[in-house]
Amino acid sequence: MTAIAWQRRRATASRFWADFRSHRSALVGLGILLFFGLVAVFASVLADPAGLDVTKATAPAHAAPSGDHWLGTDQNGRSVLTLLIHGTRVSLIVGLAATAIAIVIGTVIGIMAGFYGGWARSTLMGLTDWFLVIPFLPLAIVMATVLGASLLNIIIVIGVTSWPGTARLVCAQTLSVRERPYMERARALGGGDWHQMTRHILPNVMPLVLAHVVLTVSVAILSETTLSFLGLGDPTRPSWGYILDNAYGTGAMSNGEWWFVLPPGLCVVAVVLAFTLVGRALEAVLNPRLREGS
Amino acid sequence: MRGYVLKKVGWSIGTLLFVVVFNFFLFRLLPGDPIGLYTRGRNMSPDQLIRLRQQLNRPIGEQFITYLSNPFASTINSTRFNRPVWEIIGERVWPTVLLVGTAVLVAALAGVWLGIRSGWRRGSRFDRVTTGTTNTLYAMPEFWVGMMLIMWLPFFPSGGINSVGVTGFLPTVVDTAWHLVLPVTALAIVYLAEYTSIMRASLVDELRQDYLTLARAKGLREDLVRRRHAVPNALLPTMTLIFLNLGFVIGGAITVEYVFSWPGLGLLTAEALRGPDIPLLQAVFLLFSLGVIVFTLLADLLYAVLDPRVSTQ
Repeated sequence: MTAIAWQRRRATASRFWADFRSHRSALVGLGILLFFGLVAVFASVLADPAGLDVTKATAPAHAAPSGDHWLGTDQNGRSVLTLLIHGTRVSLIVGLAATAIAIVIGTVIGIMAGFYGGWARSTLMGLTDWFLVIPFLPLAIVMATVLGASLLNIIIVIGVTSWPGTARLVCAQTLSVRERPYMERARALGGGDWHQMTRHILPNVMPLVLAHVVLTVSVAILSETTLSFLGLGDPTRPSWGYILDNAYGTGAMSNGEWWFVLPPGLCVVAVVLAFTLVGRALEAVLNPRLREGS
Repeated sequence: MRGYVLKKVGWSIGTLLFVVVFNFFLFRLLPGDPIGLYTRGRNMSPDQLIRLRQQLNRPIGEQFITYLSNPFASTINSTRFNRPVWEIIGERVWPTVLLVGTAVLVAALAGVWLGIRSGWRRGSRFDRVTTGTTNTLYAMPEFWVGMMLIMWLPFFPSGGINSVGVTGFLPTVVDTAWHLVLPVTALAIVYLAEYTSIMRASLVDELRQDYLTLARAKGLREDLVRRRHAVPNALLPTMTLIFLNLGFVIGGAITVEYVFSWPGLGLLTAEALRGPDIPLLQAVFLLFSLGVIVFTLLADLLYAVLDPRVSTQ
């Protein structure tokens, strides 16, 4: 790469950051994400992983918050705070990994459909429409039941069920990129299909996909919470939904154990909201059509 | 118009076929011995087991045709309730319709009102507060909202559809309505966010249209411009999106019904997956997909009726 190209990139990046910074809610979201990201990375430092082991729990069960256990204990005498800290890791991993799967499937199908057009487009987009019609939660429940409960399976289930939105977006964008003059130039210079798709279409589609990715993560984390709450999560890797499942199963609500019910939900809301705010801001910055609108 | 309707109906039928095929093959992916999964926890004579095994030993194409002939009449009973699956589903449909219908009605009315107020005065304090609140509500898992309601409003019943010992028509209706309060609130809070943002976005889209300038130019009051011109047009996409959502909304009721032990299809799904009760799960999944297909078709047709431009394109 030449120095001029890098200079241009740096200028674009700083303009992007200036645009992004003007959305105050996005900065709040970014701050929240940074906080939870650090908690996830340093989970083992913040709370001893041994505290997750039921057999090593020494505290009384269903204890109210105290100096030793800031957020009380669960039905096995484990500290809720320890579960929360390690749950952050699981929720973020599932959210990000599932989104990665969904984005790859969606982008490949969307670009192929948009680029080849005609017969390929009607087949692939027909398939996408069909998957859009299958209700997400029942499908995820059925697949999780069929595959069995493990962290990897939850990731696969959420990833495989959330790609249709991406495919539609990418296909629409590819259709508009395909008609641009530089595509004609690439073809005239002898660029093959693969070259055109990876070197010209993909980079031009990616910015819009980026905003969509961030929004997909928030949906994936919500889905993980729901599936774990229904008992389809990995029982050896506690997530926020798993804590809520335990709280519900041991009657925490009727006993007024707010420390068992409130914090996991608040974490979910904070992270999902943060991803939504950042995603909306990215959309507004990257998609000029939205700029004069809302 | 006729061509449009035929196209949409044809698409729905194609989708239905896809769902049926998908449903059949998805459950063929189950690991382990299918007989064990289908008959879990039940005493069956060796005779019956042999007959089941013979059924599964037939060619897959033949099994598929048997399944196609009537997907709901699974040849095997539900393993949990030991009764034909469609019989169990039949008695669970109405509680779900009651719950979801009430919640959607409440959320749609409130959401449209909020959306109009915040969209019309875009950027105002009211708009910012509403948008912030709906974003937060949208991030909440429905079941968590339900759990918080149970914890903080203990004077409402926390589960079921009727109390024990309530008889007579009127007392039963009142009692059911009393039991409805919390689950409907939990569902409506989450849907409210969606409907508000849809209505706001469609109204904002209309704000730039020329006919609003014309209406103002001929001297209409601001209030009339909104009520007679902007809102009716903005309601079109909102109506169809609400309809389009209805099918998915039923799926969203799964966790709320589970939390409140509401004896509907959602609770049935939650019960079916702790087991798992494969025949029941298969039938419920098919029913949910069918719901989405039907409501998608209705939304498409409704849009064509409300907006004649669609069908002539």
